[in-house]
Amino acid sequence: MTTLTSAARRRRPINWGRVASWAALVLAIVVTVGPFLWMLRTALSNNHALASQSSSLLPADFTWGAFARVFGLQSQAQAQAEGGSGASINFWQYLVNSVIVSTMITASQVFFSSLAAYAFARLQWPGRDKVFALFLGTLLVPAIFTALPNFLLIKNIGLLNTYLGIALPSMLMTPFAVFFLRQFFLGMSREVEEAAMLDGAKHGRIFFQIVLPNAAAPLATLCLLTFIAAWNDYFWPLLVGNDPAIRVLTVGLGVFKSQSPQGAPDWSGLMAATLVSALPILLLFVAFGKKIVNSIGFSGIK
Amino acid sequence: MTTTSVGTRKPARRSTESDGPKRTALRRGLGDLRVALLFVAPALVGFVLFYLVPTIRGIYLSFTDYSILGNPVWVGVKNYVKIFQDKLVWNAMGVTLEYVLLNIGFQTVIALGLALLMYHVAKSTLIRGVLLLPYLVANVIVALLWFWMLDYQIGIVNQVLQWIGIPRVAFFGNEFWAIPTVAFVNVWRHMGYTALLIFAGLQAIPGHLYEVANLDGASKWQTFWKITMPLLRPVLLLVMVVTITGSFQIFDTVAVTTQGGPVNASRVIQYYIYQRAFSQQDFGYGSALSVILFIILAIVAFLQMKFLRGNENDLS
Repeated sequence: MTTLTSAARRRRPINWGRVASWAALVLAIVVTVGPFLWMLRTALSNNHALASQSSSLLPADFTWGAFARVFGLQSQAQAQAEGGSGASINFWQYLVNSVIVSTMITASQVFFSSLAAYAFARLQWPGRDKVFALFLGTLLVPAIFTALPNFLLIKNIGLLNTYLGIALPSMLMTPFAVFFLRQFFLGMSREVEEAAMLDGAKHGRIFFQIVLPNAAAPLATLCLLTFIAAWNDYFWPLLVGNDPAIRVLTVGLGVFKSQSPQGAPDWSGLMAATLVSALPILLLFVAFGKKIVNSIGFSGIK
Repeated sequence: MTTTSVGTRKPARRSTESDGPKRTALRRGLGDLRVALLFVAPALVGFVLFYLVPTIRGIYLSFTDYSILGNPVWVGVKNYVKIFQDKLVWNAMGVTLEYVLLNIGFQTVIALGLALLMYHVAKSTLIRGVLLLPYLVANVIVALLWFWMLDYQIGIVNQVLQWIGIPRVAFFGNEFWAIPTVAFVNVWRHMGYTALLIFAGLQAIPGHLYEVANLDGASKWQTFWKITMPLLRPVLLLVMVVTITGSFQIFDTVAVTTQGGPVNASRVIQYYIYQRAFSQQDFGYGSALSVILFIILAIVAFLQMKFLRGNENDLS
């Protein structure tokens, strides 16, 4: 270890240094939160009034119209009067699609990954460590690289533009999920499992009745992370699910943007739509923020 | 810190009942293979179908001419030769590199600063949570939000610029500014997340080292460079490998905002792959480009590991 030899200097915290630190921190928070407030402000504005009141911090000509527009509750005339394009979009449908796809991915991926993680953490079998290394190796393969062949595969088996087509590649495992759970299982005490085994319990029972309940916390964390990742994914659903009937929110939002006439985009509608799309994640965050924050560390590297 | 090494090998205990000597010997060799196969089968199928086979198929396709209709036709290295002569590829490489440098440079420095603030000034989960918020929101949403805020006519940022007396900037519409703008948007989204990763690394540094340094009369500056930075290096390296690999795969923000424009100013490599494969139905070429991207990423990761001595720990 390095020994610091400089003469005894006084290391009293200087007041202005502390002030500057706090100022920096407050600035970071303002820069982080500000845009979200601006999103809300715009969503509550009349799109026509945005241009004339662009410097007001409050909603320009307050109206819920943009949200009504997003959910198709406005008549075409009404929408156009407030600066909407008048074209209807199936926002509800996109929302439902996102919920279905993200739920399918989360439930299935976490379950199957936990099974695999158990086999890697607790069972003895030849080739185990090699298979695990292979799994881990795929963390290094960029998504675009497997995306093209996977698109062809989904197309060949006729799953293009289906929920299953969007979800399937992430339903059985991701290297991250297996790694995350294996690390946790390795750290769990084996005493109860060993006792159960002496009583003649089989691995299936041990897994379902001892390991899974004990791992409730990391499983919940993994579910959260998986759900958020699935909800936010754009590239893959864009490739295999661009049909209006099964578009997820992220893909739908891109379409919504390009639907606006070039001259005057419907900013209010767009911001209302983004807000609604982000809402489930924001709610999850309010409910489980601490869990998410604490899960990001070395095991959370993704 | 999680151990990446393989877990401790404990002899598996099994029920003592009714195992004849022959069966026991057999089981010792194969262990719990039968049960293990059941447990690992779904994940293994997923791995083979969606990771292993696509990787091999991707490499194969890169040596073919393939337009989805019909069958792939083997053409040898033709795609690779074409890539080296394709000006748009070189443009895409340059644009992507510019993006990665701007993105990673600013992001890492800002995140390190934020992590130090989180660690020394405000150890509050709430503040950390707030700073993480942009990362939890989809790329697409972040891109659209900034597309609006940076609008040339009525975006708030240009309003502010005007108040200060700086001429308006067409952030996404200007050839010079397009990439820095996209880079900035993603710095905004990722800085809190990256800061949290570094923060976790700071927490792993034993507190007594700081106490000793303090007793020895080291200044904050010395403590930072002599203790914090050397001990943080492995973490910083891991964070950078992850963020750089992600950075090279920039797609969403570009696809939603500039779509590669103006002209070719922001056509990053993954967007170009997407265009070649899906707009122009040239899957062979697209696959060859992704093989090259893969190789670049592998080289980058390897160089980082080697030159920054990532797997060594100064804490010994």
